[in-house]
Amino acid sequence: MLQKEGEIRIPSGCAISGIFSRDGQMFNGEDIIRSIAVMHDRSNGLGGGFAGYGIYPRTKDLYALHVFYDSPSAKEDCEKFIAQNFEMEVAEKIPTRRDPKITDEPAIWRYFVFPLAKKMNDMQVDEREFVARCVVMVNTTIKGAYVFSSGKNMGVFKAVGFPEDVGRYYCLDQYEGYSWTAHGRYPTNTPGWWGGAHPFAMLDYSIVHNGEISSYDANRRFIEMYGYKCTLLTDTEVITYIIDYLNRKKGLTLQETAEVIAAPFWSEIEKMSPEEKRKYTYFRNAFSSLLITGPFSILLGFTGGMMALNDRLKLRSMVVGEKDDRVYFASEECAIRIVEPNLDKLWSPKGGEPVIVTLNDGVKI
Amino acid sequence: MMKITARMMHFRTLNEKIRESDETNIEIHECYGQRYIGSGLSGKNITIYGIPGNALASYFDGGTITVHGNAQDATCDTMNEGRVVIHGSCGDAAGYGMRGGQLLIRDNVGYRAGIHMKAYKEQQPLIMVGGMAGSFLAEYQAGGTIIVLGLNNHEKPAPIGALCCAGMHGGRLFLRCNEKPTDFDDHIFVNKATEGDMQSIEAYLRDFCDTFDISYEEVLSKDFYVITPNTSNPYKALYTKNCV
Repeated sequence: MLQKEGEIRIPSGCAISGIFSRDGQMFNGEDIIRSIAVMHDRSNGLGGGFAGYGIYPRTKDLYALHVFYDSPSAKEDCEKFIAQNFEMEVAEKIPTRRDPKITDEPAIWRYFVFPLAKKMNDMQVDEREFVARCVVMVNTTIKGAYVFSSGKNMGVFKAVGFPEDVGRYYCLDQYEGYSWTAHGRYPTNTPGWWGGAHPFAMLDYSIVHNGEISSYDANRRFIEMYGYKCTLLTDTEVITYIIDYLNRKKGLTLQETAEVIAAPFWSEIEKMSPEEKRKYTYFRNAFSSLLITGPFSILLGFTGGMMALNDRLKLRSMVVGEKDDRVYFASEECAIRIVEPNLDKLWSPKGGEPVIVTLNDGVKI
Repeated sequence: MMKITARMMHFRTLNEKIRESDETNIEIHECYGQRYIGSGLSGKNITIYGIPGNALASYFDGGTITVHGNAQDATCDTMNEGRVVIHGSCGDAAGYGMRGGQLLIRDNVGYRAGIHMKAYKEQQPLIMVGGMAGSFLAEYQAGGTIIVLGLNNHEKPAPIGALCCAGMHGGRLFLRCNEKPTDFDDHIFVNKATEGDMQSIEAYLRDFCDTFDISYEEVLSKDFYVITPNTSNPYKALYTKNCV
């Protein structure tokens, strides 16, 4: 039987890539597939995935739940749960293209849903919190069902395989978005399985991650006190929840979120102006358990924007390029040049220095 | 001369072509991230247009590599001999464990350049950077020479990032800047370069200027500082006080 995350430890390298249009121009998944494919040798075929934003314009006010099912009974139980809590507009199989390199596929379904008002009122929470709790509920209580995408007008597509094969398998040429991220996996500590591929998503936040965080357990113990359940025992999942917690629940800006998870060293804080010193000292004290240590480079996708962040020692590579309204992020420069050989600007962000891009003012998506 | 258009060619195929070729001069066009170009090679002159992949010139053992574009990470990893010229910038960990030869970078270099560079007798590696260097420059440097010119530096007092020379215990780092760079560990010496120091790198500077068509006078228009470690057991009290 397949051992899942946490049941086995395999002694990572990974590839990440992202493309964002500041003008909200829509482009299909082919560019992001080409970009991640150049870094083929950074993955080993045990996981690939994509997140696209703006891909469901006709149902943009509904939550798109993407679900893996291991068995018909898991599907039955999950659909019953969804029907009890949501109004369901559409239930369909996610279209896939048969590919001999993609095997052992679960049943892959998506649902466009909206929370039932009565249920939300009963729980006395807002819409987003309600959806987040329902996702955690399915993933922790319904065996064989796994919700891997739960945002509005965005979706995650992932599988075991090389990322370029996964992208074609999910027919990403058929979707158009203003923002795409991609991941090629080279698991080192955990086995490759469909749920363990990146991106990891909660609501419209999605994370692709290259690295291996050493603070996982400290982070997990803290975040689980706030209703999250780390069901996959993998470091990327906990990063997703930390960002959801800091940005959505605590109301920190993304810049501040980055200052918490990749906080400056105390020796650097010592040298800051009194005002900055106070702020950074406060963050380090208030959220000390959310400091992420160890090597990482991440791309966070969210509605209307993207953030790139490296660990503060910069133990992983990350390059950013710009051309007109497009912003490109990748583990390697070649993955940007293959899509856009003539860039206006190219640079490597410093360790712990977030790069945040958002849609231009007035752009409607 | 052998001409190869690399595009999406796998690195193994590309490197086999280079290795098996009888030609001394090889041109690679449309290079997109192919790794290990020149790895362990000697006696060839390779010119690359595009972006060579990680570990370019690793274990390089003589000859030249010229890149018209930027290089990625771990360029010249454990390089032994030869000359690598980058007409652009270079990623992280350039010259990792380098033990001979020369790496010349026209623009900037990423984090950890020259980490664990070493030297022995005639094996004297050199890294020269025309622009700025990222943090952890010369980390654990044990030998050889690193020169950072900061020709595009208009903001910072010194062309370096944080934690420069952390754990350095040999070799020399030259920085071109008008203010004495600060922020080093106690066992690192920072001194204005003496005439003797400048004479020892004059040939390198002239060569760099010729290679990238830079004015030698401009290079000398700022001061140079030379940074060396205190080599008399510099880390004896790093973790615990040794009993003397």
